Amino acid sequence: MFDLDLWREIFQSINKNRTRSILAGFTVAFAIMLFAILFGIANGLQNTFTEAFVDDANNAIFIRAGRTTKAYKGLQAGRQIQFKNEDFDYIKDDFADGIEYITARIYKGVDASFRNEKNNYTVRAVHPDHQYLENTIMKEGRYINQRDLEERTKVVVIGRLVEEDLFLKTKALGKYINLSGIQYKIVGVFTDKGGDNEERLIYMPVSTAQQVYGNNDHLDQINLTYKPTMNHDQAISFGLGIEKKLKQRFTVAKSDQRAIRVFNMASQTKGVNQMMTGLGVIILVIGFGTLIAGIVGISNIMIFVVRERTKEIGIRKALGAKPVAIVRMILIESIIVTALAGYLGLLIGMGVLEWVGPSLEEFFIKDPAVSTSLVIGATVTLIIAGSLAGYLPAKRASRIKPIVALRAD
Amino acid sequence: MLKINQLHKSYPIGDSSLHVLKGIDLHVESGEMVAIMGSSGSGKSTLLNIIGMLDEADSGEYTLDNVEIKNLTEKKAAVYRNKFLGFIFQSFNLINYKNALENVALPLYYQGLNRKQRQEKGKFHLEKVGLLEWAEHLPSELSGGQKQRVAIARALAADPKLLLADEPTGALDTKTSYEIMEFLQQLNDEGKTLLIVTHEEDIAEMCKRVVRLRDGIIMEDKKVEQVRASQYV
Repeated sequence: MFDLDLWREIFQSINKNRTRSILAGFTVAFAIMLFAILFGIANGLQNTFTEAFVDDANNAIFIRAGRTTKAYKGLQAGRQIQFKNEDFDYIKDDFADGIEYITARIYKGVDASFRNEKNNYTVRAVHPDHQYLENTIMKEGRYINQRDLEERTKVVVIGRLVEEDLFLKTKALGKYINLSGIQYKIVGVFTDKGGDNEERLIYMPVSTAQQVYGNNDHLDQINLTYKPTMNHDQAISFGLGIEKKLKQRFTVAKSDQRAIRVFNMASQTKGVNQMMTGLGVIILVIGFGTLIAGIVGISNIMIFVVRERTKEIGIRKALGAKPVAIVRMILIESIIVTALAGYLGLLIGMGVLEWVGPSLEEFFIKDPAVSTSLVIGATVTLIIAGSLAGYLPAKRASRIKPIVALRAD
Repeated sequence: MLKINQLHKSYPIGDSSLHVLKGIDLHVESGEMVAIMGSSGSGKSTLLNIIGMLDEADSGEYTLDNVEIKNLTEKKAAVYRNKFLGFIFQSFNLINYKNALENVALPLYYQGLNRKQRQEKGKFHLEKVGLLEWAEHLPSELSGGQKQRVAIARALAADPKLLLADEPTGALDTKTSYEIMEFLQQLNDEGKTLLIVTHEEDIAEMCKRVVRLRDGIIMEDKKVEQVRASQYV
């Protein structure tokens, strides 16, 4: 039921009592504005965190070998464990169910040169799957493929900065680069979000490196990703399973921490997740805190409004206003003021975020923003709280005898 | 029109209570103009408030226009006040952010009349008190006499059976007081029933009947020769 006269009464009351309306509105607008800004900043912090951990696949497991630290089954401590191709194949076959991508790594430092330009770089000899493990993005050409691996071709994929360093302004793709005296054909150029060091790498097929550097089948490291369908606990036990099997394979004591090192991102992810949860809790506390401050503010103002209008209420009652009409008038007025002010606060808050957002990036706050629905939710909460807070005094005011109200000069 | 029998009212003061009205009997016929006199504390305002349903009696009977007024809910009291009664207060009690016309039309809003009807009726009554050209003015822009006339127009707007005036001239100078009384006399001449609470003898003499209260009982209730206010204006 739309009662035009009621609305006219209410808008007149709001309009003619501007100070009161503006004061009431200010509290709400301020609360909503703070809510939006604080929430936005917290969201910005969260964005920074999310981004910091997305370089490498976050379901990765890195396996490295070292020297044993404990004597075990008649073998001395200090024995060097060396991974070989057969170990790679063993893991690949035995854990095929849980593995998404798998690659080995061999590291070699090289002097690279092209014409007159020279520099030192690290070569990573890898399997083709490495591209997905490291989130390598091909800028030009292709990555190492299976054929390279089988034919031990002398090809390399170089980082963007290697191209920049050695080839200056020219294209590197298709040219030959000299790595410690051997010529390799450049089949691809890549970029990596992991930073400059990642872009100063050179990738080559693992088989090529084994043949060229030492003519053996040694591997430095084995990296793999588990299937993303695994939950956190499954991922942890998957990593532990690999560790256990490898320790048996190399006859290493179970408690030996150095000989076989399995680094599981899942345990790292857990820390990050806890951090995120912590941030979430902080966000919630901030949000509720601001809202409660707003609710207290609007409640006080409603009590003040009703007190200020006691005499007017008395007059209206003497003229025949029913209690219901009084309550309705006060409540709708407070709802309108709260809603308008809340909307204003939302606009200001979002405007401020938009305005200062870009300059906050150096404080680890990225893209601070808050969803409209959340802020509208907060405004609605304030409206409901304001109505409840206004209802009680309004109800009481509607019950006082007009004579008492009229006496209140 | 108005029948009151054995009306009692007391107010609690701390542990004890103050017996303000100690058995009032009062009958008022339609068309009367009654002054209720008494010194302060005699209970005259309390009596008027009870008649005006702004306050409730402890015991006794009260019948207004053949309707027994008792056990009123707030809602019912609101309807009766709107239908039967028009109030004129000493301090005018206009709503300060509404202009004269809106103040006059307010009781009509609570009667549920539409805007056009309210405007028409409001203007009619404002014209009656001679303030039509002041319709758009706020109370703060009016003189005391004008404010009281707006209040009278407002009391008249709902076409009540009984007009209750609580010291209607209390806040006005003598000349303006007489102007207001002249106007109230005119209303009475037209057939309106008026009940006026006052402590001023000259105002009481301008009514047709004077009821004197002292310490919560009626001391004297007599018809008087009405002094016309017009001779002083």
